[in-house]
Amino acid sequence: MDLLAFFDIAVLDGTVRLGVPLLLACLAGLYSERAGIFDIGLEGKMLIAAFLAAGVSFTTGSVWLGLIAGVLASVILSLLHGLASITFRGNQLISGVAINFFASGITVVAAQAWFGEGGRTPSLSGAARFESIQFPGALTRIRDIAKADLPMKVYSELLSGHTIIVYLCILIVPFVWWTLYRTRFGLRLRAVGENPGAVDTAGISVYRMRYSAVIICGVLCGLAGAYLSTGLQAGFVREMTAGRGYIALAALIFAKWRPWQALGATMLFGYLQALAIRPDILERAIGIRVQTQVLDALPYVLTVIVLAGFVGKAIPPRAGGEAYVKER
Amino acid sequence: MQKMPNWADVVLVPVLSLVLAAIISAIVILAIGHNPIDALGIMVKGALGNSANVSYTLYYATNFIFTGLAVAVAYHARMFNIGGEGQAYIGGLGAALACLYIPWPHWTLALIGGGVAAAVFGAAWAAIPAYLQAKRGSHIVITTIMFNYMAYPLLNFLLNGPIKAGGMEPATPSFAEAMHLPNLSAILGAVGISFSDRGPANFALIIALLACVFVWALIWKTKLGYETRAFGQSETAAKYAGIKPTKIIMIAMLISGGLAGMMAINNVMGEAERLVLNAVEGAGFIGIAVALMGRNHPVGILIAAILFGILYQGGAELSAELRIPREMVTVIQALVILFTGALDNMVRMPIEKLFVAFGRKGAN
Repeated sequence: MDLLAFFDIAVLDGTVRLGVPLLLACLAGLYSERAGIFDIGLEGKMLIAAFLAAGVSFTTGSVWLGLIAGVLASVILSLLHGLASITFRGNQLISGVAINFFASGITVVAAQAWFGEGGRTPSLSGAARFESIQFPGALTRIRDIAKADLPMKVYSELLSGHTIIVYLCILIVPFVWWTLYRTRFGLRLRAVGENPGAVDTAGISVYRMRYSAVIICGVLCGLAGAYLSTGLQAGFVREMTAGRGYIALAALIFAKWRPWQALGATMLFGYLQALAIRPDILERAIGIRVQTQVLDALPYVLTVIVLAGFVGKAIPPRAGGEAYVKER
Repeated sequence: MQKMPNWADVVLVPVLSLVLAAIISAIVILAIGHNPIDALGIMVKGALGNSANVSYTLYYATNFIFTGLAVAVAYHARMFNIGGEGQAYIGGLGAALACLYIPWPHWTLALIGGGVAAAVFGAAWAAIPAYLQAKRGSHIVITTIMFNYMAYPLLNFLLNGPIKAGGMEPATPSFAEAMHLPNLSAILGAVGISFSDRGPANFALIIALLACVFVWALIWKTKLGYETRAFGQSETAAKYAGIKPTKIIMIAMLISGGLAGMMAINNVMGEAERLVLNAVEGAGFIGIAVALMGRNHPVGILIAAILFGILYQGGAELSAELRIPREMVTVIQALVILFTGALDNMVRMPIEKLFVAFGRKGAN
């Protein structure tokens, strides 16, 4: 038993890498659900963004164009969700399910037609991918890092060497908090998720507020997906989101729809995912060898345990999931 | 006031939704460089061309009847069970354990024993999400999705360890010869109809049809079904009438999980005659589309399941002949869910307006 192994720098580094897409998707869901639109389509939006970001990056050689394409695709699916759940007052859960299946199917069909490599994009390299940014003086070779002392390890492995999206994410949580709690837009957004009738009475368009929320959700999901295929990995493979959209939703409930808590929740789930790909470290920490399948299931098992109520009662926005019908 | 006649609600709206889904699918096929009319021809021929193909179509339809009914029963209690996939995986485990470790002397007994085990295992996999929804308010959609993601590693572990047969493949040994269910060719042969024995359709089809009757009777002819529908319509009104939400949620979800699990009669006991790793092949998810398209009624589900059987078998031919990936079926499935489920009002509202307009003219 070596409980300190739980704080292995490599695992913490993995936590950041794997936590970032969860955080972006979780905040995406936060905007949408705070405005009263349930969104279980985070998964599909991330997936289609991951695919188009990789496809366009490869074709044009520019990761930024890829990013834009990915975000656009995600926003289009968001608008579809808005059309179904805001304009046509359809069932928001069913719309989300449809979006997830659509993304799951169309990415493989399109990737096959585009690249003919069995539903994946070719590997990305160079400017077609977000390179990791090395801090001055940071060690880059694994052998050097292993020999370094703790502050240098933290500096070189945990702090240095991430992509631009990860560093931008440091700013995003305070930004979301600020828009949500300190701006007029945020006040209205939260009101529209709790009591749309009151917002309407105040002369503010419920539809416009909800569409804005859904579009923001699309942009953030798009960033999360693009990061998966062009930052975390070098290319798109089928089903590469692997349930991250759903884990982000679970994190959102865990965080009770609040931004700082969302950071904590997504980093916890990111940590579990990081631990799952390093069975050797888990073995060192608890002294028993764990089956890889147990580790595969672990994030989902813990999500259920968390949802089962070790977080107190999570109360969703009151008007969540219900379409608003304007009185005439 | 009823805005349009019943036939328009039951037939016209779903058919128009399907036409929209078909148009978008055709555009997708066009966009990847194939002729949609040719593709349709290949699909129909591949699904219905000869009796071996029909057998495959019916085999898939049998899967979808079970999973479609599973979604529908839960839906009547306003529970959205997305966990049919995982429940069908675990149902397969139940059926396999029953057939591997109990020496049933005859297939009829194996059918009962394996079927019950499949239903119990499927229901058990739905029980925890149901309990959490009823008692703790954890959203059933999220928890059933999590249980889907847990089912796969569990089977992966078991099929690579404790119940693995010899050899490389992650699968159980084959069930004993005496337990094999008769295939459709044998059943139809008994009444003098000749039918190819090269397809996988089997006795499970008859169980699926019985399940349709069971669900119809349960939902529309029993007190429990009445309470379930009342609860699904309005939880507050149901509570006021003395209906216990916990009881309804638990029973509806257990039946739902049991039906999804019983799919194993078809794919595990009827077809593979052993348990393989990816036995369910997404049928649990297609159940969602089938239930939505069938308006959660057994008759509608039967028709929708056959349609998806055609789509699924035809899709296999499509990938063989035109090299369009099988995921094209997932796209079509998504479009069906979108148009018949989420965008229902987009189709319905203009039709309602039309009927109201014409109705007024008739009255004048």
